[in-house]
Order: sequence, then C-alpha cells, then structure tokens
Amino acid sequence: MKLLPTVAALSLLAATSAAQAADPNLARNLAATCANCHGTNGKAVAGSGADALAGMEKAKTLQKLADFKSGAKPASIMHQISKGYSDEQLDLIATYFAAQK
Amino acid sequence: MMLMKRRDFLKAGTAVGAMASLYGCAGGSKASGHVVVVGGGYGGATMAKYLRMWSEGGVQVTLVERNPTFISCPISNLVIGGMKTMEDITVSYDGLKNKWGVRIIQDEVVAVDAAKRSISLAKGGALAYDRLVLSPGVDFMWDQIPGLNNAAAQGKILHAWKAGPQTIALRKQLEDMKDGGVYAISIPKAPYRCPPGPYERACLVANYFKQAKPKSKVIILDGNEDVVSKKGLFMKAWSDLYKDIIEYRPNSELKDVDVANNTAVLEFDKFKADVLNVVPPQRAGEIATKSGLKLINNRWVDVNWLSMESTSTPGVHVLGDAIFPAPTMPKSGHMANQHAKLGAAAILNMLSGEEPSPTPLVMNTCYSYVDAKNAIHVASVHTYDTATKTMQPVKGAGGVSAARNEIEGKAALSWARNIWADMLT
Repeated sequence: MKLLPTVAALSLLAATSAAQAADPNLARNLAATCANCHGTNGKAVAGSGADALAGMEKAKTLQKLADFKSGAKPASIMHQISKGYSDEQLDLIATYFAAQK
Repeated sequence: MMLMKRRDFLKAGTAVGAMASLYGCAGGSKASGHVVVVGGGYGGATMAKYLRMWSEGGVQVTLVERNPTFISCPISNLVIGGMKTMEDITVSYDGLKNKWGVRIIQDEVVAVDAAKRSISLAKGGALAYDRLVLSPGVDFMWDQIPGLNNAAAQGKILHAWKAGPQTIALRKQLEDMKDGGVYAISIPKAPYRCPPGPYERACLVANYFKQAKPKSKVIILDGNEDVVSKKGLFMKAWSDLYKDIIEYRPNSELKDVDVANNTAVLEFDKFKADVLNVVPPQRAGEIATKSGLKLINNRWVDVNWLSMESTSTPGVHVLGDAIFPAPTMPKSGHMANQHAKLGAAAILNMLSGEEPSPTPLVMNTCYSYVDAKNAIHVASVHTYDTATKTMQPVKGAGGVSAARNEIEGKAALSWARNIWADMLT
C-alpha cells in the first residue's frame, strides 16, 4: 500500500520543487481530477466509451498527453484540458495510473 | 456486497490485492474520526466515497440526505426534451452504503452547532462530528418573485432546476401544450446553478417542438445582457436548427409573475406564455445560510481554497453550488465533484494533524446537448494562486468545442455514467 506514494515521491524529487515533494498524496490527488470522465482510479465504466487509464504503461500515457498538448493528436476536449497541467503533474498522473491494477 | 467483494478478490488474487483494488492506494498517516456530510449530490456523495476510499475505511462517514435516491440535474434536460426517462438519471445510494460503508440517514439537518461540533436532525436527535461537510446545493430566492412566493404558484409555474418531480411535471406541461403554443424560460442574473443549462433546455424543448408541435415557439427571457455560456455555439444552433422556433431576448430580467395569467412581468414589458418556466435567483442552500457561516453578497459561502473550509467557522467545509466561486469557475456538478476531492484530501490531512496540500488543482467539463445527438462543451483547469489566495484559471488551457458534433453527444453520456460511478459506486 505504501509502494505507490514512495515511487511517486521519488520521481517527484527528480522532477519538481521541494514544496510539491512534501505532499505524498499529490499524484493521487491529481489523478483524481481525471476520474469524473475516466473512472475512479482510472477504471472507466465498462462500455461507456471512455478510455480506461488504470494499468496503462506510463510512457504510453505520457506520449498521448504530450501529443494532446502539442496538437499532434486530434481531440474533442483533451487538447484543452491537458494544457492545464504541467509536465511534472502529468508525469505524476501517468505514474499513478500505471500502478493501478 | 458479498458478490462484489468476491469478484474483486478473485481478480486481485490476494487479500491485500483485494484491499488495494477496493480502496486504491493511500499515503500519509492513517486518518481517523467521524465526518458528517450533509447533502448527497455531486459534491456530498463524492466526498463520502473518497473519505472512505482514501482513509481505507479509517474515517467513519455519515451522509444525511433528504431524498431516497440520487437524481441527476445534468442529463435531466434530456428527460424534459423527451429523449430520456427519470429512470435513466436516477442512481441508488446502495453502493455508498454497501460497498463503501457510508452510514446513510434519510433526513434533513435543521441546525449546526459549530462550537459543540454537532448537528440536529429534523426527525429528532443529533450527530456529533469531528469535521462537517455541507454540500446543500442552492435554494431559490422566492422573495425576489412575489407572485411565486407560495406553494400553489410554485406547483403551477415550474423551475425544474432541481431534478425530480418538477422534471416530470415540466415534461407533462410541454406534452399537454397545444401545437402553436409558446414555451418561455426565464433565466436569472448570473451566478446561478449550471450556466449553460437554460440554453440547453431551450434547444431540447425546441427539438421536441420541431418534431411534435412545429408551429410552437421557444422564447428565452434572459436576465443577463448576453448569453452566459458557450455563446457562439448556442447562437449557431439556434440559427441553424431552430431559426423559426427559438427567439432570444437579452436584458429581460424577471421582476414578478402574474400566476393566474401565466405571464412573466419584466421591467418594462410583460410576456404571456402557454408554458412559463422560471429559473429563480439562487443562493446557498438554507442550512449553509442560517448556520452563521461567512457569506459573500449575502448569498454564497466564503471558503478557504486549500481545504474548502469556511473562512469563518472552523471544522465546517462547504462544497459545490453553495460556495462563492473562484474567478471563472462555474456552478456545475463536475466542479462540485472536484471540490469534494480537494476537500476530502484536506480533511484526511487535517484529521492526521497535517496541513492540507498547498498546490490543489481542479478542472471542469460541461457538456450541453443542442439536439438529440449533438453536444458542445466548455472546459477549464484551475490551480491555487498564493498571491490572490484563490483558484485561478490556467492560462492557455480550457476552451469550447470547435463546433457541435456527435462525438461529444456520445461523450456527454459517457461522462454521466463515469461521474455517477465515481460518486456512488
């Protein structure tokens, strides 16, 4: 149960400020902002049509988000939402979802 | 409940895995205590679930809700338009009770004693709390519309701005209206619950008229000087799809209603409709306004954006439509759900003797239908700004649809299914 926040905290130390690293729940809290559309902990309702993010490989999620941000990947809404998160925040979110089974 | 647990158990393979599957992973110290949540809508239901999930059952949660089931305001305009039924927008509270261990009391809270950390219930008795969460939504300011300030008038001139019996009743008024009749919707000055909602409703009523009563009209009496949300997209839908049906009248604030004559009384004008639908001016739900919490404009609760705690009353957190919003932040169900997660994380930290996170982030997505299949959205992301001590929209992020489209018509229903599950199951 403690593994995930530790992993998140380690990647955080490498990537972000000390102020953010002080909050061990930051990845969990940021990922929860995605749950309205993508399901609690990234487990989308089966058959709803939303992308399930739980268990998705971190690099894959990050690439998708980077493509939304740059406009390389066409979208109806994610190109606008992804721009609201810093690359460090997206890294935390992708790490969190990759650890969800 | 047993079935659900066993399925999770088999999927995860081990008992520890089953716990992780059910609760997700929690960090920090394990919080304990008793939180009372008042109101089981988008804010309160999310708060109840996330407190239980993130504390791994360590925090006891009691939810006080006056209704037996959750009925969603978002998507309810599709019931009024005849595309969905009440069953489609109703969700049981059983998931919160059985899966998440939330104690649910069907009752109303009549008083808050913040000094003693206790609330009183309408049916009698009191509940002690360590932290109180008020998510009461809005109440209507009937005193602003003298003719509607009684129950008989409110049963005739409907708002349907809280989903439930009024949703069904408004649909029936539209079905009973003769072809060639006029439906008028009055919109109060912003801020009010669901900024694009009245314009969506006008579209979906017009869509119904177009098919079933083509000689009928939809008149929008807007108290604002312009369309409050998704202006270009709504105006394009009105001219492309409903050119001879919808008429938009800005600066048409409602002053009173002549109930006997189904007539809206405006400042310099009167308007008689066959079906008059009044969305009244609103303020925070009564339990928040009568409990001594600091209000802004005597209407909305002032909160600390790091914790959703009242700025005047320690131990009382307020969510959703009842709060004074941060700049550009809408009163939406989606936003109430995000308030709840920010507040749940803060409450768990506070119950563990820790400070709330200094860097909260919330985001909003609102879909609106313009006909049975096509929808449009507005989205935004907001982060805490230490200089202004409020949430500020992230520059360059968010926006609206390029054009109405069927992909978002499907996405809106997917949104509903996922957010209802995120709150309630």
